[in-house]
Amino acid sequence: MKPDELRNLAQKEDELRKSYRYRINVCCSSGCMPFGALKVLSAFKDAVKESGVEEECYVARTGCIGTCSIAPAVLVEPGDYLYQNVTPEKAKEIVKEHIVNNRPVKSMLYGNEAYFKKQLRIVLRNAGKIDPLRIEDYIAVGGYYALLKALTRMTPEGVIEEVALSGLKGRGGAGFLTGLKWRYVARATGSPKYVIANLDEGDPGVFANRTLAEADPHAIIEGMTIAAYAVGASKGYIYVRSEYPLAVETLKKAIEAAKSMGLLGEKIFETAFSFDIELRLGAGAFVAGEETAILASIEGRRAMPRPRPPYPAQSGLWGKPTLINNVETLANIPVILLKGSEWFSSIGTKNCTGTKCFSLTGKVNNPGLIEVPMGITLREVVFEIGGGVPPGRRFKAVQVGGPSGGFLPEQLLDLPIDYESLTKAGAIMGSGGIVVLDDTSCMVDTAKFFTEFCVDESCGKCTPCRAGLYKLYKILDGFTQGEGDIQDLDKVEDLCEFIKEASLCGLGQTAPNPTLTTLKYFRDEYVSHIVEKKCPAGKCFKDGGGAGS
Amino acid sequence: MSKTVELTIDGKKVAAKEGDNILKVARENNIYIPALCYLEGVSSLGGCRVCVVEIRGSPKVFASCVTPVAEGMEVITDSERLRRYRKWAIELLLAERPHVCSVCVANGNCELQQLATELGVDHLRVDRKWTNYELDLTHERFAYDPNRCILCTRCIRVCDEVEGVHAIDLMLRGKNSKVIFDLDDKWGFAESCTSCGKCSAVCPVGALYVKGKPLSEVKKKELVSFVMSRRSEKTIG
Repeated sequence: MKPDELRNLAQKEDELRKSYRYRINVCCSSGCMPFGALKVLSAFKDAVKESGVEEECYVARTGCIGTCSIAPAVLVEPGDYLYQNVTPEKAKEIVKEHIVNNRPVKSMLYGNEAYFKKQLRIVLRNAGKIDPLRIEDYIAVGGYYALLKALTRMTPEGVIEEVALSGLKGRGGAGFLTGLKWRYVARATGSPKYVIANLDEGDPGVFANRTLAEADPHAIIEGMTIAAYAVGASKGYIYVRSEYPLAVETLKKAIEAAKSMGLLGEKIFETAFSFDIELRLGAGAFVAGEETAILASIEGRRAMPRPRPPYPAQSGLWGKPTLINNVETLANIPVILLKGSEWFSSIGTKNCTGTKCFSLTGKVNNPGLIEVPMGITLREVVFEIGGGVPPGRRFKAVQVGGPSGGFLPEQLLDLPIDYESLTKAGAIMGSGGIVVLDDTSCMVDTAKFFTEFCVDESCGKCTPCRAGLYKLYKILDGFTQGEGDIQDLDKVEDLCEFIKEASLCGLGQTAPNPTLTTLKYFRDEYVSHIVEKKCPAGKCFKDGGGAGS
Repeated sequence: MSKTVELTIDGKKVAAKEGDNILKVARENNIYIPALCYLEGVSSLGGCRVCVVEIRGSPKVFASCVTPVAEGMEVITDSERLRRYRKWAIELLLAERPHVCSVCVANGNCELQQLATELGVDHLRVDRKWTNYELDLTHERFAYDPNRCILCTRCIRVCDEVEGVHAIDLMLRGKNSKVIFDLDDKWGFAESCTSCGKCSAVCPVGALYVKGKPLSEVKKKELVSFVMSRRSEKTIG
């Protein structure tokens, strides 16, 4: 593709878009699909045809709009009218009233403005607004312009400098400065170099990366290609879990489309730069998301982490310099290049710029996929965006950072969301899971649940994680059945310290977080289980004795 | 010639080849660091975490068998914290599967037993798990008892890197990990096994052993040094 062809295509698509008075976006992501989104989609198409407004109204199959609590969700543009729990019958009425008679159906609108008020969509800029399977849709909203800019008007060093100045940190959880990581790979000697996009999101209740790939795959591909240009890589892999069939399918089609348009492959935009992307599917191991385990898995070996150094930047895939970034990090890149690092660094806090996507789940009124500026407080996320806990219940704790994230109590809700503050409090940014718990949850039982997850997902290489976590799980399991005595709590803390400090990789090093934070902030619940043999939430002691039985 | 670096281990100044790991350098300089999965001559795993050390300036602990030496590095091999961690590592290994010394072929010649004695593991703070893996006696000369395996992978590494066969590997993950022959075949029917015996010679516990002989008679140490000499011939060739 020539630079002019991109401009012409974008213009043509834009005119096509403008020729329609209305655009109906039907969310067909993994969240809405089980609620009949595809039926709703065809109902809209039929209704538009029957009403004879085909020329005026375009019906699009899009990715996630972000409001999973009202699935299937439908967004009508212009005006961003968001309809909730749409059925084929409702679809007919929406077309009749909203499109034909120009009267939005107020009774079906979501009407929850607070959910969107504090959000800022940068990574999810196109989610729910474009058809992920049409590359033209992405190009119409300015897609691949950042790549064009990078290849034709910027040096690789210039791209790295821009990313470094933006202050962007890795969104996979560890929060390493992206620009610095790129610089390490760019300076490393060795050829060829590789770029890996990490989409091995395996945390229970976390679906941010998955949704991004389903809604806007080209943002990932464009960000990856820019990264490859910056570090001098010629080959890229997207490592995606095979449990995400829709994301896999979407990415596969997106890569094909980009290749057929010449946006991937040889001599992109008639420059000397060539880059190709391949998909690699994981086989369902949580630990395969760890960066050295990804390397092993792509090479065809057991996904077991290895110690660093050497870092992948020096010796990665097949011993060659390799850049590994999370897909959310990569999706930020095109916007940073187009709008500038200054604009990006003005969002969020001084040390933590930009936004972060979170999967908001648990005992919260408005679960969904949200994107918020860094520095927002947990209280704002849980109570303003999330709408608080269900009526009649009391907020108890919020877990940030996936299965190995810590639980934070009410008094820490004013904590700003950034890497440093969360780590200090015993939680982690992780891959972006926020799970809200109310007074029906038992903290001992919850700690046990997440420890069990990590026991199952440990690769088995190092003793603390393989043997230690299992013993920790057994002790916690004992607590929920009235076993153990109060001295065991010190033993648990000592064992947790060993697992945290002596484990080889991030899985073991963070896995004790749920236990340690619940011990710190909810010790009384442990005491009540052990001493009074009572579960305050009525969850444990199935054979009687619990408060609820 | 590779570069030489200078570092201190427990305050003692030592010179080392760049790229060597801390444990190897310490042993060369007669400084003892307890270790279990480490086996000189084959690649390091960094799995058992018994050989952890501290490095001044870092709050973390490092497995010395996989941490390369660096210029000016100050290594501390003994502290209250390190002793506590090592003890946990040994205790967890002992509790992971049914290790009962009195009925074990390796009794008296077991590295796990020796380390337990040395680090003062006189009781277990966590419950022992009684795994019930089937004993594999199908091989003519050797036997394999998965219930005694500590997953150090010495056998896998020596079979792959010294014998050059890779008849042994791991299956499943986490606490269910198991050392297997070929595609989880019985040892006697594992076609790629050359019956060289290196695996049983390097097994630190009584999981892989020669049938009919107590380990004291196998003269394990001589076999290990034989393995090592073969290894260096290979490297030179």
